[in-house]
Amino acid sequence: MLSRTADNLYWVSRYVERAEYLARILEVTMRLTSLPIAYIGSRNEWESAVATAGCSKAFAASYPEANEANVMEFLAFSPQNPSSICNCIELARTNARAVRTAITSEMWDVINGAWLELKRFANAPGSREEFLRFLRWVQEISLRFDGSAFRTMLRNDMFWFARLGLNIERADNTARILDKKYHLLLPVDAPIGGPLDYYQWAAILRSVSALTSYHWVYREGLKPWLIADLLILNSQMPRSLASCYDNLVRYCDSIATAYGRQGPAQRQARAIRARLQNSRMEEIFQTGLHEFIEEFIADNNQLGAAVTRQYLM
Amino acid sequence: MPVAFDEMNGHDEEVRAAYAVLDDWLKGQPPELLGQRCQEAELLFRRIGITFAVYGEAESTERLIPFDVIPRIISSAEWDVLHRGLEQRVRAINLYLNDIYGPRAILKAGIVPEDLVFQNPQFRPEMNGQRVPHNIYVHIAGIDIVRVDEKTFYVLEDNARAPSGVSYMLENREIMLRLFPDLFSRYRVAPVENYPDELLATLKSVAPTTASSDPTVVLLTPGIYNSAYFEHSFLADKLGIELVEGRDLLVKNGVVYMRTTEGPKRVDVIYRRVDDDFLDPLAFRPDSELGVPGLMSAYLAGHVTLANAVGTGVADDKAVYSYMPEIVKFYLTEEPILNNVPTWRCREPEHLSYVLDHLPELVVKIVHGSGGYGMLVGPAATKAEIATFRARIEANPSNYIAQPTLALSTCPTLVDKGIAPRHIDLRPFVLTGRDQIRIVPGGLTRVALLNGSLVVNSSQGGGTKDTWVLDR
Repeated sequence: MLSRTADNLYWVSRYVERAEYLARILEVTMRLTSLPIAYIGSRNEWESAVATAGCSKAFAASYPEANEANVMEFLAFSPQNPSSICNCIELARTNARAVRTAITSEMWDVINGAWLELKRFANAPGSREEFLRFLRWVQEISLRFDGSAFRTMLRNDMFWFARLGLNIERADNTARILDKKYHLLLPVDAPIGGPLDYYQWAAILRSVSALTSYHWVYREGLKPWLIADLLILNSQMPRSLASCYDNLVRYCDSIATAYGRQGPAQRQARAIRARLQNSRMEEIFQTGLHEFIEEFIADNNQLGAAVTRQYLM
Repeated sequence: MPVAFDEMNGHDEEVRAAYAVLDDWLKGQPPELLGQRCQEAELLFRRIGITFAVYGEAESTERLIPFDVIPRIISSAEWDVLHRGLEQRVRAINLYLNDIYGPRAILKAGIVPEDLVFQNPQFRPEMNGQRVPHNIYVHIAGIDIVRVDEKTFYVLEDNARAPSGVSYMLENREIMLRLFPDLFSRYRVAPVENYPDELLATLKSVAPTTASSDPTVVLLTPGIYNSAYFEHSFLADKLGIELVEGRDLLVKNGVVYMRTTEGPKRVDVIYRRVDDDFLDPLAFRPDSELGVPGLMSAYLAGHVTLANAVGTGVADDKAVYSYMPEIVKFYLTEEPILNNVPTWRCREPEHLSYVLDHLPELVVKIVHGSGGYGMLVGPAATKAEIATFRARIEANPSNYIAQPTLALSTCPTLVDKGIAPRHIDLRPFVLTGRDQIRIVPGGLTRVALLNGSLVVNSSQGGGTKDTWVLDR
């Protein structure tokens, strides 16, 4: 396969996944900010949303204040924000168009249809209701795209590169949420979980669509360290770091087997998965949750770079 | 202007034989049916993403080419003549190009004027004395044909560089098969769906002799911003070959490779949809980012085949066009089966004065132009436009040719107010391989959708129709 084709497939998936992630963050933030102050405290959740999206600097450069209208516009629609939802869909479609022949017509239909429909939403949102509809729509697009890919693509290197993009992006997104919210997840001796944190925990789980899963896995009320366990180490949970790395190792290996050669990408993926497999939450808390997450984000980026160098250039 | 010949109704006589069944069928349908089918077709095209870009329109970089649901029908007897004429013409074009970059017998014989070749911007001195693989320059030709009456077809233009439009020929048929299954049961229409296989066979047949028995063919595109990008990706898909951009290729030790996830892979044949000028920044335009540095040297070393070859533009120029009947006679010692439109060359003084005296009734074209840009359609032009054009012709006569305003044939077409005749042309695609010449029956029929308009180019508001060649 052409390196550029692999690169496009990798990025189509990354951008669709990123668009979904942004939509989730925004939806959760909308929900949190609808609660009375007494339940969530006086933190500025909109500022936190921008931070979780990883674009605080760019935001501060264009807007005086992190309020609902500004953050929604910036994260969802702004043409100036390279990672706004609209730009993600646009870029996903541009990449898809460049590999029209490599993706299936079902995938193309979803992404091209989304791009055409995007124009309907192109003007900044009128009401919260309208905006919520937009966010739901974005998540649906991602589900449909992912589902089409899963059900229609040949299981060859094209599929594997697309999945690498998706899983690297997904691991990065989950890690970013943990990075910005880690302080809420630290175990405390005091009576567990004031009401303030309870809603934040629920919000974290919602942003990775894991609230129900949590209850199925742990069968008890929300406990911050269990939330951290679910998002980091539990490989049953599709958006956990462990699950992403199970997939990344598998797809890296599929590629290596097909091409008959292992390389830095395979070694890097395996090393990160080994670290996740050999870690226990207690140790992670002892050595520092924040440090662990920061290191993970850096390692995950390195895997992205290794894949690029090895295959996509 | 004479009354146009209608391909369904002739000159207002009874319905012509090939169209009888269609006419009968149309009369039996409820009036709203065609409009509905037309909307369905548009939806299908949009879903598939068949679009083209229009240069100079920043807003809508992707548009649909309007598709007309009423087919254009050619009888098998008519097609037989066209087929033979096309084959003859393309054989002559290839012989001419081999001669121009070789012994130049036709120039020495004084049949084509030297300056027309040597001062032609499309002439590539790099190709002088070079042999191209299997002596084929034009592997894919698009010959534009117009009809003026029951008997007469003219060649309007030869496209010997990178003719486009074949994806519409293929998709139009697919859509028609979906929309009008009933109609297809009443006609035996020769299929066109084998075109991709014929093209691939053609391209593989012209691989360099040093290539393996299963040569690697790629399609080189300028990229997603090119107006014909859809077609490039469509064809690559149908042929099962890689769609590459310049940056995907590299040249090492005179051999072309593509960058793949498994490392460099050798390329033997490049079906290129990038103009000569942009092919290789080391040989042609140094500012080109679309090309591949070193490609020309690999090509001239005979390690890769370019289809079409470099320098074919010197055969499809509108000034050279006017010599095509002589070119056919010179190389093949046969009478041309397909005639040219009568053409005045403004480079010749007596022709020039005739043209200047008759501008309001002529069509004047720039010899190196394409896409319907920069032409004057006398009968449709204002006095001011004619005056401006006159000044341009006088300033540089050899840059222009003129032709009578032909009453191009018309075909019934669905318009706002029902069905009305609109002018059409035809672009069949002629494939020349080492082994044989292949022509899929039919081609792309373009239709000028505006009432009275003669300009069929898609960039200028033209549409397309499915073209049916009837099987015997």
